[in-house]
Amino acid sequence: MPARLLSRDATLGYLWVTPALALLGTLIAYPFLLALYWSLTSRSAGSPGVFVGLDNFVYLLSGPIFQQTLRNTAVFTVVSVAAKLALGMAAALVLNQAFQGRNLARGVFLLPWIVPTSLSALAWLWIYDDIFGVISRVAIDLGLRREPLPFLADAFLAMMAVILVNVWRGVSFFAVSFLAGMQSIAQELYEAAEVDGAGAARRFWHVTLPGLAPITAVATLFSVIWTFSDFTIVYIVTRGGPANSTHLLATLAYQTAIYGGKVGEGLAVSAFMFPLLVLVIFLQLHFLRRAQA
Amino acid sequence: MTRTRRPGPLQRVLLLWTPLLLLMVFTLFPFWWMLVTSVKPDAELYDVRQPPLWAKTVTFEHYRELFVRLPFATWVRNSLVVSAAATLISLAIGTLAGYSLARLRFRGATTLGTIIFVAYLVPTTLLFLPLAYVIRWLGLYNTPFALIVAYPTFLVPFCSWYLMGYFKTIPRELEECAMVDGCTRGRALRRIVLPLATPGILSAAIFAFTFSWNEFIYALTFVQSPAYKTIPVGVVGQLATGDVLFWGKLMAAAVLGSIPIALIYSTVSGHFAAGLTAGAVKG
Repeated sequence: MPARLLSRDATLGYLWVTPALALLGTLIAYPFLLALYWSLTSRSAGSPGVFVGLDNFVYLLSGPIFQQTLRNTAVFTVVSVAAKLALGMAAALVLNQAFQGRNLARGVFLLPWIVPTSLSALAWLWIYDDIFGVISRVAIDLGLRREPLPFLADAFLAMMAVILVNVWRGVSFFAVSFLAGMQSIAQELYEAAEVDGAGAARRFWHVTLPGLAPITAVATLFSVIWTFSDFTIVYIVTRGGPANSTHLLATLAYQTAIYGGKVGEGLAVSAFMFPLLVLVIFLQLHFLRRAQA
Repeated sequence: MTRTRRPGPLQRVLLLWTPLLLLMVFTLFPFWWMLVTSVKPDAELYDVRQPPLWAKTVTFEHYRELFVRLPFATWVRNSLVVSAAATLISLAIGTLAGYSLARLRFRGATTLGTIIFVAYLVPTTLLFLPLAYVIRWLGLYNTPFALIVAYPTFLVPFCSWYLMGYFKTIPRELEECAMVDGCTRGRALRRIVLPLATPGILSAAIFAFTFSWNEFIYALTFVQSPAYKTIPVGVVGQLATGDVLFWGKLMAAAVLGSIPIALIYSTVSGHFAAGLTAGAVKG
């Protein structure tokens, strides 16, 4: 292209990205820096507070509730993502087969992902209800239990309950990613493997899995971010209870800053998302560059 | 998996129909439970001698009460206005940014692309507290504009990134020809690129609308008055607080809040994953 057009291109380029940059600057970068600074202050709902250095972080790390929250977040993230990965692969293998009504089945399978999580989480809360909830009722009707099952009053069951909601909601993201990945694996590879005498299991292991590696990495990283920063499911199903045993970083930050009014401390809680976020961003950019190279 | 050999009927049952059935039951069960609950009269709902998974009597009383006794219609209107406005603003900003990053050669374009991608990864739960302060400072706290301003924080990075990927698939030669013939960039974008990019822009619009419709934590934090609430926080805040929960109404609201999104998606489900991981992986 002529140089005249190129220089005009540059001017237009800056002009056209300005609205996006202005928005990201004022509504993401600025609040983000503000949050980092305020996490080092004793700011509360009523007063701007004073600079306290790392006091909030030291205080949090030495307290049992925060330690518990870190453990909860780790368990919630690792178990949910692993379950979504495995179940998503299984679902993709089913939905990739040729059968009548496949498009409908794929569409139905997407539903949990697209409807408002807050509303589906309410349905799950009702499923878990100890007296009228369907799990408790069916357990009693089948004679498995005499008493109602207090699902959300038990620390372990409550954690499993919120993980199940997260898996139910997020598994289709993995399945759809895998389905897209399977389309891009050359059919010749399967034919060659079959000529070489590889059975279905070996073809899956040696052709499908390696072919899906890039999309698996990217989908997992997305899922890790969305899972460890989850708020809605826990806020609605358990409110962090019983006895803080399902609190995640986001719900504890909300409770500390909004209910407790301790803004500085709440921001320090959410600041603990930052290291993992940086790691995930770093890895995502790495895969991105590799894909574009 | 492979289509080179036809599987036998037993294999089909074991590897396809049985897992498919389990998958569909798992997926649909909460929706069934929602639907059954929403049409059951209270007398049947709170009686453990009645079958839990079936409604003997069907009533639309819970749905009626949502509109008669609760401001559900207002929440629907708020959700529609906020989602539509935030989507339009973000599409406009994202189209310009996405096009520039895909086509215009200028210093720092690659870095800007990276910044936008990183912004897309920042979770809302990390930003909501300081963003609440900025919203308050702008005088928008507890107004209908709070969410219209807040949602572009995740919609603009998404739209820019998604559309950048889409613009790259359109052959560059088409606009270059027009520009050699004396067309300006802006005109080439309007007359040639945008019409060709309509499917991409439409998908971006549907994703953006859905993200806004479903958003929870900003809506929970930035808006207090029931008159300005969107469906998710209206339902959770007004119906699901206190010791006694009115499950019939809650589930009726859940059904009504989910249906529009399900309908919109039935038109685009194919592009779904490609949209969210767009550009991150080839193919």
